[in-house]
Amino acid sequence: MNDFDLKRVPLRDLNAHLHNDPTDEVTVKNPGGRHAIAVGIDAAIDVTIDGHVGYYCGGMNKRAKITVAGHAGPGVAENMMSGRVRVKGNASQYAGASGRGGTLIVEGSASARCGISMKGVDIVVAGDVGHMSAFMAQAGHLVVCGNAGQHLGDSLYEAVIFVRGQVGDLGADCIEKEMTPTHRQTLSRLLEQSGFQHSPDEFRRYGSARGLYHFDVDHADAY
Amino acid sequence: MPDDRALRESATFPASVLAEIHRAADQGIYDIRGFGAKRSVPGFDDLLFLGASMSRYPLEGYRETCATDVTLGTRFAKNPVDLKIPITIAGMSFGALGANAKEALGRAATLMGTSTTTGDGGMTEEERRSSKTLVYQVLPSRYGLNPDDLRRADALEVVVGQGAKPGGGGMLLGQKITHRVAGMRTLPVGIDQRSACRHPDWTGPDDLEIKIQELREITDWRIPIYIKVGATRVHYDTALAVKAGADVVVLDGMQGGTAATQDVFIEHVGIPTLPAVRMAVEALRELGVHREVQLIVSGGIRNGADAAKALALGADAVSIGSAAMVALGCNRAVHVDDYAALGTGPGYCHHCHTGRCPVGVATQDPELESRLRPEQGAKWVRNYLTTMVLEMQTLARACGKSHVLNLEPEDLSALTVEAAAMAKVPLAGTDWIPGNNP
Ligand code: SF4
Repeated sequence: MNDFDLKRVPLRDLNAHLHNDPTDEVTVKNPGGRHAIAVGIDAAIDVTIDGHVGYYCGGMNKRAKITVAGHAGPGVAENMMSGRVRVKGNASQYAGASGRGGTLIVEGSASARCGISMKGVDIVVAGDVGHMSAFMAQAGHLVVCGNAGQHLGDSLYEAVIFVRGQVGDLGADCIEKEMTPTHRQTLSRLLEQSGFQHSPDEFRRYGSARGLYHFDVDHADAY
Repeated sequence: MPDDRALRESATFPASVLAEIHRAADQGIYDIRGFGAKRSVPGFDDLLFLGASMSRYPLEGYRETCATDVTLGTRFAKNPVDLKIPITIAGMSFGALGANAKEALGRAATLMGTSTTTGDGGMTEEERRSSKTLVYQVLPSRYGLNPDDLRRADALEVVVGQGAKPGGGGMLLGQKITHRVAGMRTLPVGIDQRSACRHPDWTGPDDLEIKIQELREITDWRIPIYIKVGATRVHYDTALAVKAGADVVVLDGMQGGTAATQDVFIEHVGIPTLPAVRMAVEALRELGVHREVQLIVSGGIRNGADAAKALALGADAVSIGSAAMVALGCNRAVHVDDYAALGTGPGYCHHCHTGRCPVGVATQDPELESRLRPEQGAKWVRNYLTTMVLEMQTLARACGKSHVLNLEPEDLSALTVEAAAMAKVPLAGTDWIPGNNP
């Protein structure tokens, strides 16, 4: 157990500790909206942050379980590789951007471009997500228990989106798809892992129509 | 037989324009191609060195040394990059280039004591192994980006733009997306890859400053962070890169190459390297950080003279991409039938986008790739770089300089009014710099 009070200790000391043989449990006090808190960890440790964080908290995380007991600024868990990042409050834009693995859980709502460019991460949001979420998403799952904003899944590749509420509208090449038993299973696992009670039957699945995979002059207006 | 008037070509609609309209009518899509701008723009050929005579002493070739070393990333990084020569290998993706080409470039760079750079698509084992100093690009697509490669890189380069297509994203056509390339990029095999032109998690210079702080924290402030921009509004971009916390600004002029971009983009967006260097140096001087934040210039650098002129205008190093590919055999007159099969010939090829590179440089096809052996390629590139360095030293000595970085605008003279105005060096035979004095 190790406490870092960012009012007293520089951020550099915290991240240096997290990179070099860190203790199993680390608590960060007074984060004060600072940027780049707990980034680049490669260790199976627990990090709890008591308060709000700025940009890129938990960026490129590997293996660690990071909990933000507050709201998170833009790019929380960006490019995460594995492990789990849980935001107790809301997350700002680009949550989980280009994430490649692990799980990001947002207990509040996420903003615009949630899961943009995602490459294998699983993102579960208890509330709503903003516009352009899962833009150019390549792989992984985005689960939205509330509503999704406009242009959901625009220019989607192979990521899978589940939405429980309303969808503002679907982006280019994103379509509603059948919820197969395999998808239902995956969704129920993700909901359970995240601690959310909904039934998978309440969700709809969206994915790529794959119409933009090869240029076709008849699809030119989608570009 | 028709008379000459009947065969008169239209200046507005010459044969090449007619052919392009016919092609567009057939295909309904812009032309996508590789290489770089083919149009003629003012360049380093429009500048001359003045050389020493009565008022300056030259250095004795072969006896008096003319140093070429340069250190990059001295502003914030704990471990700056020390290079023996001020010529680096520019970022080119594995995917656009084959693994053999990437390995050859890495080996040659290592032999010469300089750096090479990854590209869109991530870092390959071959290139990490073969490169002593490897710059790892952080691109909008984030293909293959991961913290382990970040930590084993010697410098990072945040790519905001590229000279061939400032404001445009990456593009790799389906024929080059093999299993290995697809795996590295997390994409389905064989699809046209459309990659973003903006980074997914920051917009604008204020965000970039925070992004750079994150990258520094992840890498424990060890390695330099470069920012690469395509040459457009160079003055602002350079100043904003400095403000965002760059250790090094990489500036790519419109002559810079590409593996696959819309022809309309290659030929019509961005400004030439010649004015761009001068504008960047002016911005760095205004901020009082010239030489503290280093400037690497690329885009159409072909020989020691181009490199020496860029340095004389104030750059700290140059970077070569297309020229390094040419050294590897691009457009060499071998396998002529294979060029013909692409509808082109040696000397004219710009078909990197097809994946059918006749000389095994820009391909993922195993048979074509086997035409470029990494050892042979490394030797070619090493010889070529050695030649460039000797040329630079020759020119620097002639100007009386004991280090190539001591070259200065005062050593230059412009051949054309355009070059004088763009580089802000006097027109030959006058003291006239258009725009500076009447
Ligand atoms: S020879 Fe190869 S590398 Fe050169 S332009 Fe043609 S396809 Fe590209």
